[in-house]
Amino acid sequence: MATPKALQQPASLRLASASFLAFWCLIAAFPIFWIAVMSFKSPVDAFSANPLNVVFGPTTRADGKGLSIIDIVIGLVVLIAAVRLAFTQLPKWVGRLSPPGMAIIGWLVGAAAYAIAFLIVFFGILPVFLGGLNAVTGPLGAPVLGLTTEHYYAVWIENGFWRNFQNSLIVTAGVVTISLTVGTLAGYGLARSGSNLAFWILIIALIFRALPHSVLVAGYLPVFINSAEILRPILGENAPTLYGQPLAVIAVLVAINQPFTIWMLRSFFQNIPNELDEAARVDGCTHFQAFRWVIMPVMWPGVITTGLFSFLLAYNDLLVTSLLLDAQNQTMVPAIAGYFNRETTTTDQVEAVAAAVSITAPLFLLVMIFQRQIVSGLTAGAVKG
Amino acid sequence: MKFRTLAWFVGPSVFMMLLFIAFPLASVFLQSFQITQPIVETVEVETCTPGFLGQTCVTETKTTPVLDENGNPTTTTEWVGLLSYARVLQLEQVGAAIASGTWSSILAIDFWKALRFTLTFTLVTLPLVIGLGLAIALAVNNAARSIRGQIIFVSLLPFIITPVIGALSIRWLFYGDGIVTAMLEGMFSTDISVAANGWAIEMLMMFYRVWHVAPFAFVIFYAGLQTVNQDTLESAIIDGASRFERLRFVVVPHLMPLIIFIALIHLMDAYRAFEEVIGFSSQAHRITLQWLTYDLLEPDDAGNRAISRASASAMLTMIGIVILLIPLLRRTWRDHKGSAH
Repeated sequence: MATPKALQQPASLRLASASFLAFWCLIAAFPIFWIAVMSFKSPVDAFSANPLNVVFGPTTRADGKGLSIIDIVIGLVVLIAAVRLAFTQLPKWVGRLSPPGMAIIGWLVGAAAYAIAFLIVFFGILPVFLGGLNAVTGPLGAPVLGLTTEHYYAVWIENGFWRNFQNSLIVTAGVVTISLTVGTLAGYGLARSGSNLAFWILIIALIFRALPHSVLVAGYLPVFINSAEILRPILGENAPTLYGQPLAVIAVLVAINQPFTIWMLRSFFQNIPNELDEAARVDGCTHFQAFRWVIMPVMWPGVITTGLFSFLLAYNDLLVTSLLLDAQNQTMVPAIAGYFNRETTTTDQVEAVAAAVSITAPLFLLVMIFQRQIVSGLTAGAVKG
Repeated sequence: MKFRTLAWFVGPSVFMMLLFIAFPLASVFLQSFQITQPIVETVEVETCTPGFLGQTCVTETKTTPVLDENGNPTTTTEWVGLLSYARVLQLEQVGAAIASGTWSSILAIDFWKALRFTLTFTLVTLPLVIGLGLAIALAVNNAARSIRGQIIFVSLLPFIITPVIGALSIRWLFYGDGIVTAMLEGMFSTDISVAANGWAIEMLMMFYRVWHVAPFAFVIFYAGLQTVNQDTLESAIIDGASRFERLRFVVVPHLMPLIIFIALIHLMDAYRAFEEVIGFSSQAHRITLQWLTYDLLEPDDAGNRAISRASASAMLTMIGIVILLIPLLRRTWRDHKGSAH
């Protein structure tokens, strides 16, 4: 459809709009891109005042750590091939191999297997192969771009960041599963009931959504620290101290997340026509059976979207996890806050940068895969608001 | 749906919210009127050291905590009324400052300092977020269809990133000899130290918040722009409305409910700003209300947590949120009443 002439914009306006957009994209992406670059350089380069030094890393290169032209070309080819494969072949494999009805588990296993295979090829096999190639190709094999992965090695292996990663995994997986289970039930009930009670539950949930989390944590802390004594009369000698328990944090984050979850799921459920339930009820289903066998199968997009936002909340949380977990059980985000508080040498600082990039990488992948769901989730909340 | 069925569906969720939100809220409310502290007794201790021609003995009084049979310090909880609130608000010092006309000394008190910053922060970032979000949405709506997906992807990054990490990534560009600071220093040939200047940090924190929230506003406005009535736009053109007038009188009124929605969400979220203080390590210069509570809850050097003062500061923070929310609640109530008739 051609634009009517009256609606066509003058070139100056189009230019201004395009350059504004380019400027915004630069501002949006630059800080993230920059920490990613910094994390691969030796401290002198990473904190150099000259941006060119940060990008090309002369000191890192002088230490003999760098990429040659061959490394860059072959690395890029492998990377692009891997991404293409993930988008074209992976869905087919998952579809063929996973048993019917288990598509979600199939996807999780498939994605994990693919990620592991990629890591082995990219960081295990490729460097050995390229090392041999660089040695025989002369000038093309000489390093041109300083790059080192030593900080990642220090963070993940030497400082035991994988333990924080494991804790983050436990907490986020727990929060997403429980809050979706509890939230879909409540969201469905609230969407299908027009009673005053349902309205008041939603309003109170909205007020709870606005509460600063520190208010709630001030309520938990004394109870959690002394929980062994409080619970002893009920549970006997095995009464646990809830402070420092990932399970307690999961429960807390699920509850904090509940108001948002039920509002969002309710708006998704309202988009599903009521006639669907009624038909199922006429055929003799109870409310619960109608929910389980008729509504849930068409609700997956909404559930996935809400799950993404639960994931973000649990993954990004700093306040609750840093106050309710002790040092052994810390998740990644409070752990990094500890990192840069104790930073003394520039090496520590670059390790903090590497840890920050490690935390961001999964989120980056998430936006890449689920961009459409994130956008639909944001707008669903607003339109029904 | 019958009440019983509804109860089965919403039961687990309501139970969790009662146990982990309503109950802590009530207990914080009670705690803010109580003080729990270990019982201490003063004992006279005589310590003697062998010296020349006899012992040198010193008698001193020490305060030691009373221990129960298990060796734990016993604690007592007493009702102290509004004492914790008074300790947080420090009204006497405020009164003295007003009487002597030295307004700036009020801002030396933590609570008032935090309140001042939190309110400025919230109110200054609000129009910036809405303006920037709207501008990006209009620009993306103007861009070629083929590149919109990539632009939305890039725009979502600041929104999705962990808040502390986002703040850190901007901090590393500015603090010390960060490249942006170095560039500014080169341009103006002066020496800039961002980390030592309260106002510079305040600007950076606001910049970070706008950077972080504008994508959210953008996505919502962008969705709203897809549903603008084209007929109204065309009749506006026929009526001779200029481009700006069309934006002002057709597009913005259409987006108004969304603007209000974003304003409310932003008010709630910016008022409880916390990660900025951690990410920019600004506690020496700028603190927020939520950070104040957090700081009181953290164990101090002796391992004590100031629970009662934290509760009082938490309740005061909450009063602010309630004031912010009243307009929204009234509107929702009117809508509910309207839909019932």
